[in-house]
Amino acid sequence: MTADRRRAVTLAAGGVLLALVPPIAALTDQPFYLDLFRRMMIFAIAAVSLDLILGYGGMVSFGHAAYLGIGAYAVGIPAYHGITNGFLQLGLAVAASALVALVIGAISLRTSGVYFIMITLAFAQMLYYLGISLETYGGDNGMRLAARSRFVGPVDLAQPTTFYYLVLAILVLLLVAGRRLVGSRFGMVIRAAKANEPRARAIGFSTARYKLTAFVIAGATAGLAGALLANQTEYLTPDFMHWTRSGEIMFMVILGGMGSLFGPVLGAVALLLLEDVLSALTAHWQIILGPILILVVLFAKRGLFGLLAGTRVD
Amino acid sequence: MSWALVLEQTLNGLQFGVMLFLMAAGLTLVFGIMNLVNLAHGSLYMVGAYLAAAFAHWSGSFVLGVALALPATLLVGIAVEVIALRTLYERDHLDQVLATFGLILFFNELISIVWGRAAIYTSVPTILGGHFRILPGVPYPTYRASIIVVGILVSVLLWGLVTRTRLGMRIRAGASNRTMVSALGVNVRLLYTLVFGLGAALAGLAGAMAGPIYAVQPGMGEAILIQVFVVIVIGGIGSIRGAMVGAIVVGMADTLGRAFLKPMLATIISPPAADKAGPALASMLIYLLMAAVLFFRPEGLFPARSRS
Repeated sequence: MTADRRRAVTLAAGGVLLALVPPIAALTDQPFYLDLFRRMMIFAIAAVSLDLILGYGGMVSFGHAAYLGIGAYAVGIPAYHGITNGFLQLGLAVAASALVALVIGAISLRTSGVYFIMITLAFAQMLYYLGISLETYGGDNGMRLAARSRFVGPVDLAQPTTFYYLVLAILVLLLVAGRRLVGSRFGMVIRAAKANEPRARAIGFSTARYKLTAFVIAGATAGLAGALLANQTEYLTPDFMHWTRSGEIMFMVILGGMGSLFGPVLGAVALLLLEDVLSALTAHWQIILGPILILVVLFAKRGLFGLLAGTRVD
Repeated sequence: MSWALVLEQTLNGLQFGVMLFLMAAGLTLVFGIMNLVNLAHGSLYMVGAYLAAAFAHWSGSFVLGVALALPATLLVGIAVEVIALRTLYERDHLDQVLATFGLILFFNELISIVWGRAAIYTSVPTILGGHFRILPGVPYPTYRASIIVVGILVSVLLWGLVTRTRLGMRIRAGASNRTMVSALGVNVRLLYTLVFGLGAALAGLAGAMAGPIYAVQPGMGEAILIQVFVVIVIGGIGSIRGAMVGAIVVGMADTLGRAFLKPMLATIISPPAADKAGPALASMLIYLLMAAVLFFRPEGLFPARSRS
């Protein structure tokens, strides 16, 4: 019970803090923080979506940034042609990344283990090259986002605060939906397939179909994060899909604690903060980040959430 | 599309395939024997390229530079194995991927601290600089031809090492049953270090030879690493023969695709459309090939024998 209570307190505190960021940023006249926390939450959405398949399903997808890129282009390309309707763009982002995840998943999930890691990586790289070859949309230089997404009436992402609360709302919704999903029959099957797939199959579940569904859900959610990210940076390049980005998202999941929904949120916040702090320290900050990553993998497998909540996550 | 051009591009494909094989052999050996997914294999390629350039600059001789870069990369590989990777053998693949991803960040940044972020170019030595006629009227760069020769030579040596020597026997035994090999009194730890060093040296050789053809810059290892993944996935992870076939297939497909896909498409669809679709399709070709192979044979073309 105490672990549960600690977890609940941590979460409520986190939610309240995040909701308070815009007024505090406005009062102290530091719009930078609004921007920073929004970026963190967007990456948190991507990290949570990866954790659904990585932490719960045991599918080590090393190409998750691909959906980020697809989502971003689903906003950027319509905007380039003058279509700024947010519902349309976000819908397109989700649909397109779900479709791509369906194709990639259908092929990759035929394999497992290290094959799966390499194949998801290779597919993401393929999409990265596809992005580079889109000459109309900037090729490898990318392009500026013509305008941020517009929703009905006053809901316009050009408004920083509106945008912030939309991202927060999506993140909270995702966490609530994720909690229900993980606890549902569907989530049980996914976790069973991770723990012991032959046994799960022997009970009578066709695990392949469940895993593919989870893979598509994760891809679609990451696509949504990509659409938000394009709005955030107002610039999109094939680098959104670069494999180091996939590695980064995976690091967020591990750093926060995989197999928990809130761990990846913490991981995203911690990694982006760490990058900010280190890059202020030295231009060669990756020489510090690399060894930190190795140390986390070797010695802190349960991640930050494991430390904070005091529960075993794996 | 003349036949001379086709021949030239085929040789280019073979040359690229040879480089891919040098990389893939090490990666697939390390995976087959130690069960380690090593993303930092591309970093060793980069280290080899930089060391060769530095030694060549220092000694004034390209060949000496490459010759010195080989043992130096071997030592770097052994150091990496002893310091960082040894503890990862018993971990799951996710841990290995992340930790070696950390190594990549470290190496890329280390290289850019020492040599800067800008690409450095090494010139080909004068003896290997020219062209020679491979057929009457078909000149081919001597340097690329010498890469093919070196690659074939190294492949034969590697084959001899693995199939004809005591060390090779232990390597093969280690791949099929680690526990039994160590029970028979083989120092497995040392064997692992040697195998890793061997893989590092091969990657270093590929990097050192790549210097005069491709740009030597931080991050150069990752582009080829992902292509090498495609190679060993197509060939079957853990199989040297698979790595060989996969490397040639991928090297050829990639090179010929870049050269001829656009003109071939232009005969089917309108030339402006082919101008756009050709390069895009060419850069995606090997991944589509991989998807096709996996669709029919999820374990690759030459699945390695199971370790159980």
